[in-house]
Amino acid sequence: MSAVQTAARGDSLPRSSGGTTSHGAARRWRLPRSARWLGVLPLLVFAVVVFGLSAGTMVFGAFTTPETMPGGARFTGANFIASLHGPHLAALINSVELSAVSALIAAVVGLPIAHAVVTSRFRALREAALAGAGVLANVGGVPLAFAFVATLGNAGVLTTHFALRSHGWNLYSFWGLTLAYLYFLIPLMVLTLAPALDGLRRQWREAARNNGASAFRYWTHVALPILMPSLLGGFVLLFGSAFSAYATAAAMVGSSVPLVTMQIADALSGDVLVGEGNVALALGVDMVLVAGLVMAVQLPLQRRSARWLA
Amino acid sequence: MARLRRPEYGRGAVWLLTGVYFLVPLACAVAFSIGIGGPRQGIGFDAYTGIFGADGFADSLALTLKLATATIALVLGLLVPALVTVRLAAPRLRTLVEIVCLLPLVVPAVALVAGISAVLRWGPDHFAGTPLFGALVALQNPEFPFVLVLAYALMALPLAYRTLDSGLTAIDLRVLVEAARACGASWPRTLFHVVLPNLRGALLNTAFLTLALVLGEYTVAAVLGYQPFAVWIVALSGSHAQMSVAVSMVGLLGTWVLLLVIAAAGRARRPKESQ
Repeated sequence: MSAVQTAARGDSLPRSSGGTTSHGAARRWRLPRSARWLGVLPLLVFAVVVFGLSAGTMVFGAFTTPETMPGGARFTGANFIASLHGPHLAALINSVELSAVSALIAAVVGLPIAHAVVTSRFRALREAALAGAGVLANVGGVPLAFAFVATLGNAGVLTTHFALRSHGWNLYSFWGLTLAYLYFLIPLMVLTLAPALDGLRRQWREAARNNGASAFRYWTHVALPILMPSLLGGFVLLFGSAFSAYATAAAMVGSSVPLVTMQIADALSGDVLVGEGNVALALGVDMVLVAGLVMAVQLPLQRRSARWLA
Repeated sequence: MARLRRPEYGRGAVWLLTGVYFLVPLACAVAFSIGIGGPRQGIGFDAYTGIFGADGFADSLALTLKLATATIALVLGLLVPALVTVRLAAPRLRTLVEIVCLLPLVVPAVALVAGISAVLRWGPDHFAGTPLFGALVALQNPEFPFVLVLAYALMALPLAYRTLDSGLTAIDLRVLVEAARACGASWPRTLFHVVLPNLRGALLNTAFLTLALVLGEYTVAAVLGYQPFAVWIVALSGSHAQMSVAVSMVGLLGTWVLLLVIAAAGRARRPKESQ
């Protein structure tokens, strides 16, 4: 039932969806009914065909045996069992640990940095920092890996200059990878927190101070509780981003640190053992489940934090 | 004053530490690319001057730019009509469109490419001899792998949706359209002469973000075996480590400058409109 039909029946009750003009006038300017679907249709068809087909085939393959097997494609849970055992399980756990540790560090470190950026008195500095954060968070990947290899890799500038290798430094390790991941996770955290920090009113701080609160009390009792949904949402987003990252690790460490993304890519692009392709699909489904969980936590938090930004 | 001064020290320390962490790798990378501090001590800009002559540079860059153009066209072609219609005429479809656009966030690039490669392997066996077979082959044409455009468009949807949606929120679309229609403009004229010019900033931003995504994208292309720019850089790093670092730095800084230019362009327009 549209506002037009309501108006046509002579129903003069105000409708919230009616917009700013009267219903009778709006009628002539409405898009024809067919155009409404035509506008949305291409997007829906694209999503169903490209997204649906890939996701559907992935799930189907994850639950079946390879078609090249003697019996053809049969339903099986073996791929999932394989994806949660041995080296696959180790890689999955390693990925989760790496993502959790680096996301936690980035969230803790990102808050003061985001605060410094947002409250900067120099507008140019603030914009350059936010634009830089956008570049590093979104385009990082391969260039980032090379920057770290050039800096701290085996023949890197700092490694050579300070003889770091004799002190046990190795970039191609869990902590080396964490250090590199922080380079795109911290900017991502800054981008996530910036709107929430912008929403912190100056008056709240002044009110707290007038009531005798110290800066510490203001942060623990006012600012942090307000920022908590954004902080948690940011942490979860960072976790997901680190969990699904592939380019940085692939260009930097190869396979010396086992990660689930690397195992999927290896299984897909290399010479595949029989059945390993379907295990890769099962690993893909495992990743989607983790990412889905991340989104399920993050979206409500985002909505919650949006309340303060209005 | 005393109240203000204490946090200022803290702020200075934060800027300093942040600066060190974020600038040192960039500085070291540049130093490495011109030969300072590396194992071989020959200082020179060969890594930069040699980029254009490097094997595969022109091909991979051309491929990436073609892919980027097609992806931007596809993303805008899908999203702009959908979002405008949803705002003007079909508010009930809004949730559906939002879900469709944010769904790709749930699928990491590696998982997406796992699905795509499964389709590409499974399809030819089942559709041999039908027109679909030809379509599947055309999708994987090494000259212009349209399958990458489809994957990139899907990956760009969430970001593009948010950018365009906030651009549409910033203008009063309904009033604009009704005014244009009341003045006798046809629907196409309203769209091309009223709606799109007012969305210029958001369209530019979306196009730029999509371009950045395609320029930096490595996973899907590498796994499917194509060689656009990012994959080429990684391949190059095996034989020309300095040059691959040089190209990476040029790319990062170039993207940053472009983003600043676009931000400045978006800001320069606003005061004029409010006057």
